[in-house]
Amino acid sequence: MKFTLSWLRDHLDTSASVETIADTLTRIGLEVEGIRDPAAELAAYRVARVISAEQHPNADRLRVCMVDDGSGTPIQVVCGAPNARAGMTSVFAPPGTYIPAKDLTLAVGTIRGVESRGMLCSAFELGLSDDHDGIIDLPADAPVGQPYAAWAGLDDPVIEIAVTPNRADALGVFGIARDLAAAGLGTLKTAAIKPVPGQAPCPVGVTLPEGDDRRLCPAFALRLVRGVRNGPSPQWLQRRLADIGLRPINALVDITNYLTFDHARPLHVFDAAKVAGNLTVRRARDGEELLALDGRTYRLDPGVVVIADDDGVESLAGVMGGEHSGVSEATTDVLIEAALWDPLNIAQTGRRLGISTDARYRFERGVDPAMTLPGLELATRLVLDLCGGTPSDVVLAGEVTPPRREIAFPWSEVERLTSLSVPQADMEGILASLGFAVNGSSDGATVVPPSWRADVEGKADLVEEIVRIAGIDRVPSTPLPRLNEGVPKPVLTLLQRRTRAAKRLLAARGLVEAVTYSFIPEDEAKLFGGGTATLKLVNPIAADMSDMRPSLLPGLLKAAQRNADRGYADTALFEVGQIFASDEPGGQSISATAVRRGTARPAGTGRHWEGGGEPVSIFDAKADAFALLTALGVSTAGVQIVPGGPAWYHPGRSARLQFGPKTVIGAFGELHPSTLKALGAKGPIVACEIVLDLLPAPKARPTKVKAKLVLSDLQPVTRDFAFVVDSTVAAGDILRAVAGTDRALVADTTVFDVYEGPHVGDGRKSIAVSVRLQPTERTLTDADIEAVSTRIVEAVAKRTGATLRT
Amino acid sequence: MSDMSVLEAGLLAEIEGAPDEAAIESVRVAALGKKGSVSELLKTLGAMTPDERKAQGPLINGLRDRVQAALGKRKDALAAAALSARLASERLDVTLPVQEAPQTRGRIHPISQVVDELTTIFADMGFSVAEGPDIETDFYNFTALNFPIGHPAREMHDTFFLPADAAGERKVLRTHTSPVQIRTMLSAPPPIRVICPGRTYRTDSDQTHTPMFHQVEGLVIDKGSHLGHLKWVLEEFCKAFFEVDSVKMRFRPSFFPFTEPSAEVDIQCSRKGGEIRFGEGDDWLEILGCGMVHPNVLRNCGLDPDEYQGFAWGMGIDRIAMLKYGMPDLRPFFDADVRWLEHYGFRPLDLPTLAGGLTS
Repeated sequence: MKFTLSWLRDHLDTSASVETIADTLTRIGLEVEGIRDPAAELAAYRVARVISAEQHPNADRLRVCMVDDGSGTPIQVVCGAPNARAGMTSVFAPPGTYIPAKDLTLAVGTIRGVESRGMLCSAFELGLSDDHDGIIDLPADAPVGQPYAAWAGLDDPVIEIAVTPNRADALGVFGIARDLAAAGLGTLKTAAIKPVPGQAPCPVGVTLPEGDDRRLCPAFALRLVRGVRNGPSPQWLQRRLADIGLRPINALVDITNYLTFDHARPLHVFDAAKVAGNLTVRRARDGEELLALDGRTYRLDPGVVVIADDDGVESLAGVMGGEHSGVSEATTDVLIEAALWDPLNIAQTGRRLGISTDARYRFERGVDPAMTLPGLELATRLVLDLCGGTPSDVVLAGEVTPPRREIAFPWSEVERLTSLSVPQADMEGILASLGFAVNGSSDGATVVPPSWRADVEGKADLVEEIVRIAGIDRVPSTPLPRLNEGVPKPVLTLLQRRTRAAKRLLAARGLVEAVTYSFIPEDEAKLFGGGTATLKLVNPIAADMSDMRPSLLPGLLKAAQRNADRGYADTALFEVGQIFASDEPGGQSISATAVRRGTARPAGTGRHWEGGGEPVSIFDAKADAFALLTALGVSTAGVQIVPGGPAWYHPGRSARLQFGPKTVIGAFGELHPSTLKALGAKGPIVACEIVLDLLPAPKARPTKVKAKLVLSDLQPVTRDFAFVVDSTVAAGDILRAVAGTDRALVADTTVFDVYEGPHVGDGRKSIAVSVRLQPTERTLTDADIEAVSTRIVEAVAKRTGATLRT
Repeated sequence: MSDMSVLEAGLLAEIEGAPDEAAIESVRVAALGKKGSVSELLKTLGAMTPDERKAQGPLINGLRDRVQAALGKRKDALAAAALSARLASERLDVTLPVQEAPQTRGRIHPISQVVDELTTIFADMGFSVAEGPDIETDFYNFTALNFPIGHPAREMHDTFFLPADAAGERKVLRTHTSPVQIRTMLSAPPPIRVICPGRTYRTDSDQTHTPMFHQVEGLVIDKGSHLGHLKWVLEEFCKAFFEVDSVKMRFRPSFFPFTEPSAEVDIQCSRKGGEIRFGEGDDWLEILGCGMVHPNVLRNCGLDPDEYQGFAWGMGIDRIAMLKYGMPDLRPFFDADVRWLEHYGFRPLDLPTLAGGLTS
């Protein structure tokens, strides 16, 4: 919402400076977004006299002028304007001046061999109008040497404020003045709006919808003014509209625009000669069309309310008029409409048809119903003043019944909600100056909000009105008492703690945390088990941000590829974030997902003199997964590693992690080449993913005491075995067989070598296992060791068909 | 000069001149071995008279002891020289670079770090962390928060919609974290003190907006918390978060459907050369919106607004991260460019604490 200082002063008697006004507006909730001072922008432009204008020696269409800018020394200027002539008074810009319309800064130049030291300007060059037919032609008595802007009255600061959706009343300069007056910045000018007596009945009748649909248009006031002369509106009106960024059109249209901003009262004018018969307010019929004032044709449906005459639709109610019945300079009889429209319907119509107008903006926020008739009177007065004519009586269809709301308001409410203590008299004064009717005692009052404040519904709203005017800055800052004395207790839930721990752990393993978008392209969602209809956005901002992600992998894999494309091939990225299985709250879970690309292994990235440079392997991903589980307090002993991960993994180089067939908690592996190809990504890439919500909670324990530590004084013994097995045998089975031999004695088992090759034969492999035996009762004798070794070999042979390598 | 002195001088000279362990050993054998020159002298003691033995004994034993000592000393010297030579040959180039530790390479995203900072600060003030789903119903995202159907405030939210179900209800991607307020109030009785950090979505994309961003909401509900408490909480938070001794804040009356009275809060700062500093200067920067919880919202959650009251606030996590740590642009937050993440990210062990400071 924009307005100028002089416009504000039409309604507010104040001597406050523009800075004070701006500060006050912000303080009371009408935030100032900017102040434009045209005088400052046009400071360099001065009134000047053309002393002489001679033909340019080398150019037919140029003149060489000597200009008096008040300095006493004539200045030579080359000018191309056809109207430049000796003796005229115009506007001069010296070298160094910025010309907004041309976005250039003037320099001393030479034009066709003649030096030119500045410019005689058109209104276009000053950014004042589209007129660049010639230089500005000022009256002879314009004061040479004076700043042009001040002389021309262009020094009116333009203030722009942000109006919150609840403050429909502040979408008019009068409403803003009222707020400022309440804030003590002057006196509101409240001259009564005098009705203009009609001199004949209005020949056009109005029919409103009946029944339920009456809410679409509770009231419609209309009046005819005959014999108007429409043309350009006077300078002051054009200036005001131009100052706030509106294009002056003609007097009748300008009047409606002016009142839209002056009193937040949108109006419409019809050329009465183009209106056939009476006007009817009704829902549009399916397929009806209207060529609107913006030159576009809109196809309508019954959701849209229109004003129609005998020939059809003439106007989109409260949004935009029709081209056919619009006023022009030829208009002699004008119908002025002031109506009330249903805010919700106006908003829907504007949104559906894609029309944003100042009228829609106001009607959808709520126009003061009580201004319906006064608005029409104000418009009539302006029409008569600017265009002449004879007004008819006012026709009013429906009725203006502003809702009357009584609020029982205890004065203590302000202090209860804000802690600010405001004297009762001040509270009453503030409410009264904002137009509220207050009927009170020392305990409280019955408060009736004014017709223009439909947003004020209850006590809290009144508290806000009082506090914003009294000064929210006066509310003293008060320490919030602790709910519990003493040391604060931990507040995070298990899942929150695990989410934090997962991030720190993965980062500590050299991975870099990414945050990628929750929506991904449909084809990628489908690749990872998603793409269901319920998780598809109806209005994505781009086709590749259409589906809620079922996995973090697509985002991370593509991010790794983007980095590779930028020259960073060896990246380790992770994300701990939400994935979506359904649109229900329970369908959302937290996944911790890590990808390693190129040589980004845990020990180090890239080639190094100490070794390295090998591509990532699934065992790096497995190590990430296991480190993650351990850090999250999940024992890895019970985790089953089932070969073959979900479809997006290499079937022979991936696994599911599970506690049982129904409790799959994640997976790791090398990505499937087809998946990578579909994502436009290149390997080697390995990944692990764990769904944190699926991890079991640690067992609740009554104390923090750790299990008792039992240390043996007896020497452990280590024995190595090399088992030759079929190459399909899983090492995990060998380890389990070893461990199961004697759980009390076998303390640890490690695979220290894996060999496939000629020494063991085709389709065979050797798994070398080191077993640590920890006696607890007595030192092991050679016979003991021999006995347990034999049992180990037998157990492994029984389970896997292994033989000892010889 | 006696024969013994000659022998001693000769042996000592040989020991001194022995170039290595082998030479020393042969000198030792020649002197102290079974048939060694000193051993032979010692053997003569047996055939001597007691008087002779008394005179010669100390001389011969003394010779033996001195030769032995010289041998030991020379041996040590040679061993020391050999060790020095070996160590010299074992020299390594200490300037060779080592692999960067994984803890040095890894990074925490600024959003995670800032959420940890927020949690640390508010946990100390007794706030829990509440969370809710990203996919919300219209009721939680709007209606319960006092957004009337068709109200322009709804339009300002640029909402992402999901397909309508059989009943015509369409879910939305939450446009703010405020629905978590509703879920919290509906799930547990006051007193309530929570912060609600999370992802939020709006159909908005330009230089300063991304269709996904992060917000943190705060909510306090009890029987006496008022605007003055809200001011204090926000002031304390800003001081702690921006790690400055004082901040000046400006409360501007504003409008949010779910609070009444409502305010926007600006924080005083200075801007020099593109750098923002808090606690100084005379510029104002908007950082959050807040207000007393609207009576309709309390009623929608089954609380009597004449009995219960409280306040709420909300701010952009990405935005306060940018203000504190100086990222100039929002979009790279979600671009996963490792150069950006390495520069603006945090090391895994940089855990914000109150005892040690949010940042070190």
